[in-house]
Amino acid sequence: MNTRRLKDVLSSRLMLAAAVFACLLLFFMVAGLFFRASPILLTVPISDLLFSIEWSPFEGKFGFYPFIMGTLWVTVLATVIAIPVSLLSSIYLSEYASNGLREMVMPLVDLLAGIPSVVYGLFGVLAVVPFINDTLAPAMGAETIGGYSILAGGIVLSIMVFPIIISVTGEVMRSVSGELREVSLSLGATKWQTIKHVVLRKARPGIIAAIVLGFSRAFGETMAVLMVVGNVAKVPSSIFDPAYPLPALIANTYGEMMSIDLYDSAILLAALILLLVVLICNVIARMILVRIERGII
Amino acid sequence: MEFRRIEESIFKALMILSLVFVVGSLLFVVGVILWRGLPVLSFDMVTKTGEGGYLLGKGGGILNAIIGSLYLAAGGTILAFFLSIAIAFYLQKEYSGGTRLSGLTRLSLDILWGTPSIVYGAFGYIVLIYFHIRASLLGGIIVLALLEIPIMTRAMEEVLKMVPGDLKETAYSLGATRFETTLKVVGKQALPGLLTGVLMAFGRGIGDAASILFTAGYTDRIPGSLFDATASLPIAIFSQLSTPLPQVQQKAYASAVILLIIVLAISIITRLLAKKYTRFIIK
Repeated sequence: MNTRRLKDVLSSRLMLAAAVFACLLLFFMVAGLFFRASPILLTVPISDLLFSIEWSPFEGKFGFYPFIMGTLWVTVLATVIAIPVSLLSSIYLSEYASNGLREMVMPLVDLLAGIPSVVYGLFGVLAVVPFINDTLAPAMGAETIGGYSILAGGIVLSIMVFPIIISVTGEVMRSVSGELREVSLSLGATKWQTIKHVVLRKARPGIIAAIVLGFSRAFGETMAVLMVVGNVAKVPSSIFDPAYPLPALIANTYGEMMSIDLYDSAILLAALILLLVVLICNVIARMILVRIERGII
Repeated sequence: MEFRRIEESIFKALMILSLVFVVGSLLFVVGVILWRGLPVLSFDMVTKTGEGGYLLGKGGGILNAIIGSLYLAAGGTILAFFLSIAIAFYLQKEYSGGTRLSGLTRLSLDILWGTPSIVYGAFGYIVLIYFHIRASLLGGIIVLALLEIPIMTRAMEEVLKMVPGDLKETAYSLGATRFETTLKVVGKQALPGLLTGVLMAFGRGIGDAASILFTAGYTDRIPGSLFDATASLPIAIFSQLSTPLPQVQQKAYASAVILLIIVLAISIITRLLAKKYTRFIIK
């Protein structure tokens, strides 16, 4: 075998190894976190872990319910704010806007995705939290602890979710064939009717995928939320309440992790829960998007 | 005017409003940071390392965090580059040719891309404990590399897909092996795009805090070796803001300006590079 063939064979083996590594990495993450979380899974019944509201690691009480609810409140609020704004923007960009405008705006949307989450967090502390504390909460007659609230987290997170929903929806809408649009227009439909009845209907699965991806992005976001949401381990009952989402719990308790039995295991269980939720969301979204790409939907 | 026209104009107005809101929020975020951070940004901040008790209000700057961040992101990007380029090359048709592994790799990368950085942090922490590595520059680099691999690989794969098939076939018909074609024809053709992917991943790496929270440590000094703890800009911002002292909190604003400028600069350079080099590419 000459050296050229040898190089070819060797390099392809290395590439294969790298690809296998990428697959194994995910497996190792799930397995590693599961392994380290197993002590607590074995000692505390899973129903207590998920539905108990008692969180006092020093007494061996590990109820994740307040944290899970905190995460859900913030994430759902962020998604609810982001959906109309990003969908309407995306429809405008892909259906109405001129090429020039699109080429000007899309880089800005990408920039939005590139801003580090601590910077978003700081923005929240400097602008959103005081706004809620000084203006919004008094106007609504609500009590907050200095403005640090689910609402602040939701607003900051929604901005972070815009880019992903906008770009995925845009791609999906562009994949709707021009012929479909033309047929509708030739029947006398207005442009908006065409979008509403033809484009959006055809793109619906893809839009759902975009929203699921946005939701899962918000679900795991840590620093920005941690900085504005107040971090009080109570089940929230209004958007002006503080919350303590799972990612914030992981980030905050790191220092104390090692000293108490099971604490470390509990925190890694929180990470495992995050990973599994995100994994399920991503698999669903990707399955939809792959089908669209192949033209099945 | 008939109803459907009114409906269209209402929705069009709403769409424009939303778009203005999206772009406006970008300008607002950047504006707020600059407005609060620029006045407190001083020359000392970027030229001095923190003196002992920096977070307690003592003097000094955050040069240690700036350099630390550059080390972390550069190291992570270099490590991620070798793995990502290999994975991206593998995902080409002539290597993976529609095998189940290529589909699985793509799915894994997509999921990894969406995995929150705090999960990378927790996983990295387990790995470090397992291998008995302390929170250090090396630990941070490893975790950042893992975080960057999916971002970089995805960008690279997109670029490699765009290389015209004719070009590859010409190389093959001249007797080149897959490796020669990949490296000398496809690689060269896709170089600007590959570079864009690398820079993008670098930008993500330098801004990420949650992943290195447990793995890089924190110190007032500039790390001298891979095994030293290292400060980083995002974590410096977070810890300065968490202190109760207003004068230290203000330094967080200034640090955020520095981080924001670095990230924006990378993003702009990426865009310019992509534009400049595409001119020399065979279409």
